[in-house]
Amino acid sequence: MSFNLRKDSKGVVVVGVDGQLIVGNRQELKQKVLEALEGGAKKFVIDFSRTGYIDSSGLGVLVSLSKKIREQGGDLRLAGLNEDLQTLFELTKLDTLFSILKTPEEAVAAF
Amino acid sequence: MATPPAVRLVVRRRGRDGQPLEFSLAVPSDLACVGDAVELVAEQCRTGPLSVRRLAFNLRTALAEALTNAIAYGSRHDAAKSVHVQVEVTVRAVTIHVHDVGDGFNPAAVPDPTIPANVAKEDGRGLFVLRHLVDQVTFNPKGNVICLTLRAG
Repeated sequence: MSFNLRKDSKGVVVVGVDGQLIVGNRQELKQKVLEALEGGAKKFVIDFSRTGYIDSSGLGVLVSLSKKIREQGGDLRLAGLNEDLQTLFELTKLDTLFSILKTPEEAVAAF
Repeated sequence: MATPPAVRLVVRRRGRDGQPLEFSLAVPSDLACVGDAVELVAEQCRTGPLSVRRLAFNLRTALAEALTNAIAYGSRHDAAKSVHVQVEVTVRAVTIHVHDVGDGFNPAAVPDPTIPANVAKEDGRGLFVLRHLVDQVTFNPKGNVICLTLRAG
């Protein structure tokens, strides 16, 4: 399972989450995003199009990253959630904290 | 990155078709083992009564939450201690017991993570998420064994 980072022509960093975002790999995501943030990137999209499940530790790391990115004047958006993942964000009311777009392309375009 | 310790699987009973009906896992108390343990259980339940979707999402997420809680709060990350998982698969349900060697806790005392003061916190959602993904959650009186039931469908 891995995280793929790519930077689009608008400078938006799109991070694809392949498989799952859980307690065992959340630090890897955090480290990669923070490295990009330290490198000057401000706009981030996490793409869950290829993600099976996210546990509460994964949700927690998204909250943490969002705070750090906003502190630097940037923003983190989410995209590609399937119906179950969308429900998870709604249940936990995290849909009120994040901008959630249908596709990564829409999320990038919305910046 | 260090290789996490291995998760041990023991199949205790099989059906006529050879599929496991009852099995157990000993999971070292290392959070790096959670993903492997979840995949092992999901694989063994593949031909059970749960839909592909509920197996892929509800069972995996709920079990990851239960294991994380057991490792973090029960074993306090002591990899020398194992968390024991027992799974029973019937035509009606999948029942999972997760047993840690800790002192237990009072699930009623866990704060609601969805109230405005807690929504932006980084942690505290595990039990809440778990409760919404399975059909029944029970604890033993001590609070160190959680039982998750996912009914067929």
